[in-house]
Amino acid sequence: MNSRKTEVLVGAFVALAIAALLMLALHVANQGARGNGETYNLYAKFDNIGGLKVRSAVKVGGVTVGRVENIALDPQDFTPVVTLSISADYNEFPETSSVSILTSGLLGEQYVGFQPGFSIDGVENLADGDYIEDTKSALVLEDLIGQFLFNKGSD
Amino acid sequence: MEWLARLGSATLARFSAMGRATFVLTGALIAKPQPMKHIPLTIQQMYVVGVQSLSIIVVSGLFIGMVMALQGYTILVDYGAEGSLGPMVALSLLRELGPVVTALLFAGRAGSALTAEIGLMKATEQLSSMEMMAVDPLRRVVAPRLWAGMISMPLLAIIFSAVGILGGHLVGVDWLGVDAGSYWSIMQSTVEWNEDVMNGIIKSVVFAFVCTWIAIFKGYDAVPTSEGISKATTQTVVYSSLAVLGLDFVLTAIMFGIE
Repeated sequence: MNSRKTEVLVGAFVALAIAALLMLALHVANQGARGNGETYNLYAKFDNIGGLKVRSAVKVGGVTVGRVENIALDPQDFTPVVTLSISADYNEFPETSSVSILTSGLLGEQYVGFQPGFSIDGVENLADGDYIEDTKSALVLEDLIGQFLFNKGSD
Repeated sequence: MEWLARLGSATLARFSAMGRATFVLTGALIAKPQPMKHIPLTIQQMYVVGVQSLSIIVVSGLFIGMVMALQGYTILVDYGAEGSLGPMVALSLLRELGPVVTALLFAGRAGSALTAEIGLMKATEQLSSMEMMAVDPLRRVVAPRLWAGMISMPLLAIIFSAVGILGGHLVGVDWLGVDAGSYWSIMQSTVEWNEDVMNGIIKSVVFAFVCTWIAIFKGYDAVPTSEGISKATTQTVVYSSLAVLGLDFVLTAIMFGIE
């Protein structure tokens, strides 16, 4: 085994490994999914966020426009405050928009469904740091079952 | 009294072996770098340790990915969740199977060869004659092999995971008919670069260090007879495998244990 051939083969080995890493980076992991592009933050208060997690998607009609940046509890009134990081490409949502926490499929991940409101005169667009007033909480299955049983019992 | 003495001598032997292992490691790693002399030696060893292990890694990666896709599909399809096949295959490969199976195969394929080679060098007194010529065998023989192992194994683990994911694609998408779009897109939205890919690579670096260290130390410390070398080779494979599996639990607990 001469040294030249060894070097070429080792070089091919390293190149193969780099190609595999690139494939993992570009095709498998979602490294680039959030970093590119400017974003702005909106806040929304919910009564109950259910199973929402940081980095869950924010969707408008099924199109992902942003991600959940942070979830915290308001120290004053003890309600969860969700920070939504929205891509700056979509910066013309009117103030009358509403958000709700939805589930994709029966057992799927929870995400924030963003429902753009009507823009009529006198309604401004949402800007960085604004609170979205109209929110709908996550559907908690246990509450639903409890309510159902309660109603059955009172019949 | 007799068993007490035996317990004591066994403990002392363990500790002195650990001391010698540390001595071999520091002797090989801590020295003035001589890139002109040692980089060609390391490349030569990377050929032996890395390139020659490539075929077994690629074939096992392909088949493990294929088997996981097949097994995962039969369970997931009952829940109509066969779209989650991609993330299942990718996450299990990147987090666990890639680093661990690569390390186990590496211990069997390359670690045993390293032990036998260094052990035979010791038995045929090549190491002592190097010392006679004022060449430090730790730096000339051991260090290039250590570096080659530590560089090659993470690369092998990356290739293993990538090939496994392609194997899963082969069975899941091309054969069983999972939608190719959902295989890749749900995988992309689930797999995190830092959380999953980088942690897998960190794992394989740790395993590489441990496996190569054990292999080299067992060879360097072997009783220089044919029986001693065969025993050292066996111990390399056994100890490396146990160390990898034990460390894997510890690393997983640190990395993924607490949300």
